[in-house]
Amino acid sequence: MPEPQTTRGSFWERHGRSWAVTAMSIVLALLVGAIVMIVSDPEVVTQYAYLFTAPQLPLGASWAKVSSAYSALFFGAVGSPYALAMTTAQAAPLICAGLGVGLGFRAGLFNIGAQGQAVIAAILAAWVGFALPMPPVLHLVVAVLAGLVGGAVWGGIVGFLKARTGAHEVIVTIMMNYIATGILAWLLTTDAFLRPGSRDPISPPVEPTAIFPAFYGQFHLGFVVALLAAALTWWLIERSTIGFAIRAVGANPRAAATAGMSVGRITIVTMVLSGLLAGLAGTQFALGPGGQGVPTPLSAGLVGTVGFDAITVALLGRSSPIGIVFAGLLFGGLHSGGLAMQSMAGTPVTMAMLLQALIVLFVAAPGLVSAITPYLRAPKNKSLVGGQA
Amino acid sequence: MSTVAAARTPELDVHESRDARRARLSAGALLVALGAILAILSTRTAGATAYALSGYFDAVQLPTVTVPAGPTVIACAVLVIASGIVFLAGRLPAGARTAAAVVGGIAVVLGFITWAVAGSQLPFQVSNQFAGTIALATPLVLGALCGVLCENAGVVNVAIEGQFLVAAFTAAVVGSVTGSTTAALFAAVLAGVLMGAMLAVFSIKYLVDQVVLGVVINLFASGLTGFLFDQLVQPNSGDLNSSPLLEPIAIPGLSAIPFLGPILFNQTILFYLAVLSVAFVSWLLYRTRWGLRVRSVGEHPEAADTVGVSVRGMRWQAVLLGGAFAGLGGAFFTIGSTGAFIKDITVGNGFIALAALIMGRWNPVRAALMAVFFGFVTQLASQLQSLGTPMPSQLLLMLPYLATVIAVAGLIGRSRGPAADGVPFVK
Amino acid sequence: MTNATTGGLRLEGITKRFGSFTANDAVDLDVRPGEIHCLLGENGAGKSTLMNVLYGLYQPDGGQIVVDGEPRTFSNPKQAMAAGIGMVHQHFMLVDVFTVAENVMLGREGAFVLNKERARARVREIGERYGMPVDPDAVVEDLPVGLQQRVEILKALANDAEILVLDEPTAVLTPQEIDELMGVMTALRDEGKAIVFITHKLREVRAIADRITVMRRGKIVGHAEPGTSEADLAEMMVGRAVDLRVDKAAAEVGDVRLQVSDLRVTNVAGVVVVDGLTFDVRAGEVLCVAGVQGNGQSELADAILGNMPVASGTITLDGRDITRANPHDTIAAGVGFVPEDRQADGFVSSFSIAENLVLNRFDQPPFSRGPALALPQIQDNAERLRQEFDIRTESISAPLSSLSGGNQQKVVLARELSRDLALLVASQPTRGVDVGAIEFLHRRIVEERDTGTAVLLVSTELDEVEALADRVLVMYRGRVVGIVPPETPRDVVGLMMAGVPYEEAVASAENPTPRAEAVATQGAAERGEHA
Repeated sequence: MPEPQTTRGSFWERHGRSWAVTAMSIVLALLVGAIVMIVSDPEVVTQYAYLFTAPQLPLGASWAKVSSAYSALFFGAVGSPYALAMTTAQAAPLICAGLGVGLGFRAGLFNIGAQGQAVIAAILAAWVGFALPMPPVLHLVVAVLAGLVGGAVWGGIVGFLKARTGAHEVIVTIMMNYIATGILAWLLTTDAFLRPGSRDPISPPVEPTAIFPAFYGQFHLGFVVALLAAALTWWLIERSTIGFAIRAVGANPRAAATAGMSVGRITIVTMVLSGLLAGLAGTQFALGPGGQGVPTPLSAGLVGTVGFDAITVALLGRSSPIGIVFAGLLFGGLHSGGLAMQSMAGTPVTMAMLLQALIVLFVAAPGLVSAITPYLRAPKNKSLVGGQA
Repeated sequence: MSTVAAARTPELDVHESRDARRARLSAGALLVALGAILAILSTRTAGATAYALSGYFDAVQLPTVTVPAGPTVIACAVLVIASGIVFLAGRLPAGARTAAAVVGGIAVVLGFITWAVAGSQLPFQVSNQFAGTIALATPLVLGALCGVLCENAGVVNVAIEGQFLVAAFTAAVVGSVTGSTTAALFAAVLAGVLMGAMLAVFSIKYLVDQVVLGVVINLFASGLTGFLFDQLVQPNSGDLNSSPLLEPIAIPGLSAIPFLGPILFNQTILFYLAVLSVAFVSWLLYRTRWGLRVRSVGEHPEAADTVGVSVRGMRWQAVLLGGAFAGLGGAFFTIGSTGAFIKDITVGNGFIALAALIMGRWNPVRAALMAVFFGFVTQLASQLQSLGTPMPSQLLLMLPYLATVIAVAGLIGRSRGPAADGVPFVK
Repeated sequence: MTNATTGGLRLEGITKRFGSFTANDAVDLDVRPGEIHCLLGENGAGKSTLMNVLYGLYQPDGGQIVVDGEPRTFSNPKQAMAAGIGMVHQHFMLVDVFTVAENVMLGREGAFVLNKERARARVREIGERYGMPVDPDAVVEDLPVGLQQRVEILKALANDAEILVLDEPTAVLTPQEIDELMGVMTALRDEGKAIVFITHKLREVRAIADRITVMRRGKIVGHAEPGTSEADLAEMMVGRAVDLRVDKAAAEVGDVRLQVSDLRVTNVAGVVVVDGLTFDVRAGEVLCVAGVQGNGQSELADAILGNMPVASGTITLDGRDITRANPHDTIAAGVGFVPEDRQADGFVSSFSIAENLVLNRFDQPPFSRGPALALPQIQDNAERLRQEFDIRTESISAPLSSLSGGNQQKVVLARELSRDLALLVASQPTRGVDVGAIEFLHRRIVEERDTGTAVLLVSTELDEVEALADRVLVMYRGRVVGIVPPETPRDVVGLMMAGVPYEEAVASAENPTPRAEAVATQGAAERGEHA
């Protein structure tokens, strides 16, 4: 299990290097992405027949291809206020679920189940949103709370099983993801979740009273909530007694138990909180206004792959809430930029997903990044602080 | 339950660990509960249930058996409860318990189907059920074998899904380009091995957490195949996504056996390979030097190291060989079924293979049996859906996942993997 | 030392340092074929380090290894094995789920397809030859520990080992199993194998050794003949070189604070590890639990804390029943706990010193305010304790892992002693700690006693027992051998630690030769005697 611990000490030495590795990982991922783009475009590849006779043809075509794709990506992510707004909307659920996964990491728990927790939350939030009419504000609050409870319960089950029976959370969460997906698929065949007179597996739209109000474009209250969640999570981990126990159990469960902490209880609490944050991501999908100003109605693919994206976000953010906010914004930008890349440069949006996986792959293997870029290599066996007394 | 336990002789207690006892009692309780559910369902079961033993187009037509639904469900419920009691009693030898498990299992399935199909206009297609089971189980068996090899060597593989996906894509494209299913199969195997190599490099050389790695590799596979599909294959689907399909190979003589013949002996090469692979992997793991070393490396790498076994070397070999099986399994999704690739065509089958591996307790034969069971359930779900039964098929499809959760929670049998599974070896 | 024999093993001037700590200081040792050479020493004397150097697990900082007259360097165990060295590790290197035959054949399987029949035959053959039959088809995890150890020995023999190292082989065995092992060792010796037998148990040494080398604090301190009395061996092993006597006033003993009655504790495997223990500790006294490692002391400490379930019996603290209390409650009830393995149980090494100093009080005032940590108070507390306990660090925000062993232990002790305690349970509080820190830690423990706290100190170091104890409880196999005053001669205590009752121990210590012989007899002695 990864145990991303904050080893105190020379702040810059540690963080400077990890920033450098992250930056280098992004560059490497963009390079690999460029290569994939070039070799998969028949028109560009055919130009390589002239590599030795007229090198400007293939190189120019490659450059045109890659530069147009990446500039569209960049433009779509941060190129205009509207693009920025969209990036925040894409980033909000990633930040929330990333916080959940990251919190789990801090307790030494691997929550692969953010996906299922988000699905359950989306189901409940959307259902409250379309089936229970309520006055404004209250409706939104209740819908969000319903989602949080759903996510927390779904995560809590895993924590309970782990604490009581030792069932490994990785396996259980993977399976719980599919169970959640199955429940959604089943609900979308029942009358309670379908539009009257329709058998299409799509729920009625959420009432306007339960939608996160938008400020500009797709920039809506949900993103503010995500930032608040990050601040709260930071406080929880670094400043609260529960966070202290979570970190202690994550770093050394035996010592934590000897010091009187209940490892089982902390495991359950962590999974509940982790599920709750993943649930918040689910409500972002269910209640966050999309391009048309209304949320996408509940359907099979509503939450996308947020649970798995969240793992990449938590890894890239090194499980720290601040890091996760930046990582979420980066990948949110990648998602919204990916859409622009598709429409403007004709490069499929799936490239964004590929880039995301590549970035994390490189970040997770600093040894590989260092091997490629030797000047980032860490000084070996250098103790951070102090010495033998 | 406590009185039952108290009645047991002390010698028997000596041979039963607390885990085993808990597993036995929970299995018994589960069976009794299932029996009780069936009994309740039987009160709402009316009419008759028809079982069609042959498909419409089979050469030899077997009769359609019709049973009165209510009494059949009741009978099954009694059998299930009886077998549960055998478990709870615990005084019987292991053989009797196995028999009880088999009887209980079959009675659960039969009772459930009888209830679900009762009163339906159409008969339940038995041969269709078995044929579908085999088709669905083929990739699961191959994927589970990949996991068996990796995890016995101590490398957790949650990237079977990604290996499937890349192999399925490769098979479709290579099959389309070459027009040869053989070339497509080889390409798929190569793709599976390359994905295995990716797993190996990052986990064995760069010591990346194996679960993290698996998740990321799955995203990578989804992104890569998705991008190449959008960019390259979709616009040229005539050239790149119209692979010929694997043809069923009828085994002379055997395929003419009524009922079983068409199901077991008129299948594509992938099915035969899957069956042979189970035997091959079992042989390899338990009968050869290579297997002994692989397992030692997964259980106690330091012990293996002190007797001169190369821990990293064995892990590499196991992961690469596993990749070959995952590649074959992946090929099934395209050239083994529809021929064309679509995005995320494997829809979680890699994870079901992982579940089969865990339920099969890391043993190739048991994992394959679990894969067949999962295939059976999935096929049952789709059959029942088409018969319009009271049981929602979506809930049935959750069964493999639910069963796995129950299994890892230790309710039915202790699920213990290789001791050093997922633990990087640092010298 | 070098008597021109070409066979066997010679270690010449082996030196091994870990940082500033010298684990082996110019150690010489020679072992000849056909002898059992006993390496005797207390825990931490450097025996295992020496053997790990021999087996290629550590590289020496000086000296050389000579096998059959040829200097060799081993950079890994495989090379050592190839040179004919076999090691029976204290923690067995066996694959639990494999059969005996599979374990023995691993690494030298022969053909690609396993010939299990041949492996079985080999197991049977070696087993019969040395009088240690094992069922080749038994799965290792199902075997009792004694048989597992046999498999380890078989593994080494199957590899044609000529020099066998057994590292504390009796630590995990029952008396009957020890007898059997002694028989096997004698048979191996008679076959011409060179055997290094590492132990700290005097009776075993006398029963079987052909020659004895005693190690203390990383150095060879002497050689002894097998006839040497146990009292003399004990003195050599324990030594009197360092006097760690603490200036302490006589205990002003008050009321009973900790009362343990008929306590039984079983471990995970269901084995009884604490067997009917009854004792009390009074206010203002130090009760030392002395005993060889693994005789139930750790489990006793864990059971008092509530970290291990109690099978039967009761534990009361100031009259309150804490038998079933969990660590959180016992800590709140005023139990201070210094765990035996501080790396694993005592602190979180990635946490700061300040955080570790409140590890068991972080959720109570003044260190918390509602759900929040009170960081200023946590900082103040750390600064104060850093001064008071002389914790040497640049910053209290530094991770605990940056401290030396002695300072890490100071953090643990500071944390426990900074609260109002009714009882302090300290296990091996000075293990792996430099001499300067030992003095300090001892002084603090005595000061705590003088405030009226009951102190239960678990130690395997007789020096420490002598320095701190007001009464000494000797434990052997989970039971009390006796409770004796601290002035009791250490050879008597040493004998009691081997399970000899007080009267017998006193008698044999005074009159070594005839009585000690009688004590050493446990079936094994006869076999060892003819050496």
